[in-house]
Amino acid sequence: MPKDSVIGTSPKRREDQRFITGEGRYTDDIQLQGQTFAAFARSDVAAGKINRIDTSKAAAMPGVLAVFTGEDFAEVGGNPAGWLIHSRDGEPMKEPKRPVLAHGKVRHVGDAYAAVIAETAEQARDAVEAIEADITPLTPVIDAKAAASDTEHLVHDEIGTNICFDWGWIEDNREAVDEAIRSAPHVTTLELVNNRLAPNAMEPRASIGVYNKGTDEYTLYTTSQNPHLTRLLVCAFVLGVPENKLTVIAPDVGGGFGSKIYHYGEEALVLAAAKKIGRPVKWTASRSESFLTDAHGRDHKTKIEIACEKDGKFIAFRTETYANLGAYLSNFSTVTPTFLHGTLMNGNYDVPHVYVNVKGVMTNTAPVDAYRGAGRPEATFSLERAIDKCARELGMDPIEIRRKNFIRPDQFPYMTQVGLEYDTGNYDATMDILEKQADVAGFAARRKESEARGKLRGLGIASYIEACGIAPSNVVGALGSRVGLYDSATVRVNATGTVSVMVGAHSHGQGHETAFPQIVADRLGIDQSLIEIVHGDTSKIPFGMGTYGSRSLAVCGSAVCNATDKIIAKAKLIAAHMMEAGDAEVDFEDGVFSVPGTNKNVPFGDVALKAYIPHDFPLEHVEPGLEETAFYDPANFTYPAGAYACEVEVDKETGKVEVVAFSAADDFGNVINPMIVEGQVHGGLTQGIGQALIEHAVYDDTGQLVAGSYMDYVMPRADDVPMFDVDHSSVTACTHNPLGVKGCGEAGAIGSPPALVNAVIDALHSGGHKVDHIDMPVTPERVWAAMQG
Amino acid sequence: MASVSMTVNGKAVSKEIEGRTLLVDLLRTQLNLTGTHVGCDTSQCGACVVHVDGEAVKACTVFAAELEGAEITTIEGMATGDELHPIQAAFREYHGLQCGFCTPGMIMSAAALLKENPKPTEQEVRDYLEGNICRCTGYHNIVKAIMAASGQDVPAVAAE
Repeated sequence: MPKDSVIGTSPKRREDQRFITGEGRYTDDIQLQGQTFAAFARSDVAAGKINRIDTSKAAAMPGVLAVFTGEDFAEVGGNPAGWLIHSRDGEPMKEPKRPVLAHGKVRHVGDAYAAVIAETAEQARDAVEAIEADITPLTPVIDAKAAASDTEHLVHDEIGTNICFDWGWIEDNREAVDEAIRSAPHVTTLELVNNRLAPNAMEPRASIGVYNKGTDEYTLYTTSQNPHLTRLLVCAFVLGVPENKLTVIAPDVGGGFGSKIYHYGEEALVLAAAKKIGRPVKWTASRSESFLTDAHGRDHKTKIEIACEKDGKFIAFRTETYANLGAYLSNFSTVTPTFLHGTLMNGNYDVPHVYVNVKGVMTNTAPVDAYRGAGRPEATFSLERAIDKCARELGMDPIEIRRKNFIRPDQFPYMTQVGLEYDTGNYDATMDILEKQADVAGFAARRKESEARGKLRGLGIASYIEACGIAPSNVVGALGSRVGLYDSATVRVNATGTVSVMVGAHSHGQGHETAFPQIVADRLGIDQSLIEIVHGDTSKIPFGMGTYGSRSLAVCGSAVCNATDKIIAKAKLIAAHMMEAGDAEVDFEDGVFSVPGTNKNVPFGDVALKAYIPHDFPLEHVEPGLEETAFYDPANFTYPAGAYACEVEVDKETGKVEVVAFSAADDFGNVINPMIVEGQVHGGLTQGIGQALIEHAVYDDTGQLVAGSYMDYVMPRADDVPMFDVDHSSVTACTHNPLGVKGCGEAGAIGSPPALVNAVIDALHSGGHKVDHIDMPVTPERVWAAMQG
Repeated sequence: MASVSMTVNGKAVSKEIEGRTLLVDLLRTQLNLTGTHVGCDTSQCGACVVHVDGEAVKACTVFAAELEGAEITTIEGMATGDELHPIQAAFREYHGLQCGFCTPGMIMSAAALLKENPKPTEQEVRDYLEGNICRCTGYHNIVKAIMAASGQDVPAVAAE
C-alpha cells in the first residue's frame, strides 16, 4: 500500500455530479430518431385458457405499426432457468417453457399475451385497449403449500405437477438430524411466513430495441444489472441472434435490488419488433406493470425446529420450506430458495446437525426470484426468530444463547453441515461492539421511560451470516449452475498516463465509478482523477456476470486488482528497458519505477507514454501498448457477518410499532470506501425494516395483486425509520481475495427483519402478552390482535 | 391540440400539446429535460417534483395546458452555471443519493421545504418527505444532507 493510500478513505462520488444536476441518462431518457413505442396487453385473470386474440381493431387504430401475439413467438426459444436443481429422489427439476408472450394459457395477472407498436406511447396504449381477447378463466393456485398438493389445477399442464423440485440439503444428513431431534432434551418449533415483497427499484423497467438493416446488428438499451448476461440469454436461448450482432447497453439504471438481473420478455419483444418495423421500439413500464411483472422476492412458508441441550447448546436445526416460485421460472428463481438459502441454515453457529428441505412450487402469481439478500434473509429470519423463541423457552438471554453457540475464531476455517467452508469470522467481536452501540445495559431504563409514556418497549437481537461474492465456478457448476460466476476487468493505460477500466460489474447505485478507481489508484500510485470506470455496454466491456449478491467488489474488484497487477508487471519490463536495468531489478512504489541502490527511476506516466511510442522497444521481449484483462474466479464465497439490535415502541392501544433505534455491527472484511459502505447498510436496513414492518405483496384468492400500487403497497418513507448507528470496525479480512473484502450490499436487508420482529415480541412479553410469533409485516392489526390473546 | 407558453428554467417556451399531455411529459419528451423522472402512476413517488411558480408540484399530476404563463423550475435549473445549489452540493457531500433516480425530486422537495421552513428539525424533514420515496439510501443521508443544507448541525450518529 502506498504512503498515502486511498483505500479506506471516502472520496465523494464522482457519479453524483450528473445525478444531482438532472444529467443522468436512464433508459427512458434516451430518445432515438424514428423511435416508436410498445405497449402490452396483460392478463387480468390469474389463470386462463386463451381461445382467441383478435387484434384486427387494434391494428387499424391511428398510429399503430404492428401487433404481436404469443403465436408470433411460438417458434423461438424460452427464457431459461439458470440453475438446475435436483430433487431428493435424484430427478431433475421441472422446467416449463417461459415464452416471450403467453401462448395457449395466461398464468398470472399481468402475464403479457399481446403487444402493440405505435407512433406514440399513448397510441400504443389506446390500441391495447382495442385488442379483443377471448380468455376462459381457470381456477388459479396462489398459495405454495396448497398448490403443492393440488393435482387438478396446474400452472403448467405439461409438467403434470405444480412442484418444480423437492430439494433436500444435505440429504445424507437427514436421518441423523431426525434422530438428533427425536432424542434432544429440548426442541423449539416455529412456523413462519417470509412475506412476499415487490422489489420496487424507483426506476421502472424500460427497454429500447434497435435494428440496423444495413449491418444486421441489434442494440438493446435496457435496465439491467448485468448486460452481458442479458445478451447471452437473448442470443443463445430466446431469439437465436448471434452474440456478435447484439450490443446490450445498460446506461444509468435507477436501482435494481435483484429485479433487474433477469431477462424479461419485453426485451426480446422490442428487439424483434424493431427488426420487423425497421425503427427503434421503446417500452417503459408503468409502476403498475412493475408491480405485476418484476420478479418478486421471498414468499416462503417454513417450519423450523431447533434441538438443544437444556443449557442452550444447539444440537440440530431442521427446516421444511415451501417456496413460491410464481408462474414461470425466472433466471435465478431455482437457486434462490435452495443453494442461496439452505446453505446458510448453519447460521453463525457451531451445530453438529443441520438439514433443509425446500419444495419449490409454481403458482399463478408473478415469478419470484432473488431480491436483495436472496435466500439469506429467509434463512436468517427462520433461524434467528427460532433462536429467540428457544432462548425464551429456556429462560436464557438472547445474546447469551447466541454467544454460547457461536463458531469460535479458532475454529476457522469452519466446515458447516450444509456444504460451506467459512474462511474467517469473529462473531463475538461484532456482538461486543453491538452491545456497546445499542447500550444494551441501559435498555431497562429506557423501557421504564417508555412505559411511563404508555408504550411497550422491546429490544431485538439478531446475528446473521451470508455467503457473498458469488461464486467459485467449479463449486456452483457441480451444484447445477449453468453459468460461471467469475468477473472481469480490462485496465487500459492510455498514452498520456490516464487509465480506463472496463468492468463486468454494473453500477446502479453502488458507486463503482468512485470505489473502483480507489483500488487502481492504490496499486498504481497515481491520482484517482486519472482513472475512469467504463461499465454497462457489452461493446466496450469484457464478458462479466454483473452486479448482484454483493459480489461487485469481491469478484469484479479482484479482477480489477489482478488486471492492474498485470499492468505493473508489464510496465516493469518497459521501465527496465528505459533504465537499462535487468527485468528483475525493477521496483515499483508510489507510482515510480526504480532500480534499488541506484538513482535510476522513471514515473508511471513516462512508462505509459513509452508503451505507445515504442521507437526503441525490444520488441522480441515486450509488445507495445499497456492494456491487460483479468478474469477472476473466486476460490470460495465470502462471509460477511454481524449482529443487529432493533429497539421498538409498541402502542398498547393501537398495536402500532415504531422503530426508535437501530444498531448494526458488521464485519465486511476490509473496507475500500466507508461512506459508500455505510450508505449500502442504511439502504439494506430500510428494506429489511420495510419487510418486517409494512411491505407485503398480497395476492387474494383469485390471484389479484391487491397491493399493486403505492396506494396499497407500503414503501418505507423517511418517517418510518430512525437515524441508524452502523459500525464496520470489526474486521476479519477475507482470506482468499486480493482485497480482503467480503461485500456489504445485502447485509442490512438480511439481519434486520428478525431483529425487528424479535423486538416486537420482546415488547409484547414485557406487557404480559405471551406471544410466540407474529408474521411479517407486523402491522398494527396483527400486533393488536396478538395483544388481545 | 392546444398551445401553451411558459417559462422553464428562465427560458420562454411555447409548445403544441395534446389536452392530456402532462407537465412531466412536456418536460421530458418535448423539452428534453429528462432530469425530472417518472417512478409511479399514482402521484406518490415524488421523482417528478418540480417547482411551479415557486411551489413544489408533482409534474405527473398537472396537465401542461393548465400552466399557461407559469414559471417552472426543474432540477436542470437549480445550479447557477457551474455553481451547485446548496442542496445539490449537500446531497453530494453527505452521500444523499445512490442510484440517483429519486434524487431530482428529493432535491426539489427539499428546496421547497427550506423555503417555507429554513431551519427544520429532523422530524420535520422526515415528515415533509412523505411524498418522496427513495429505495436506496434509507433516507439517513438524505436527512443529513437537508439538515446540512439548512445550515444546521447534522444529526449526531456514531461511526461516521
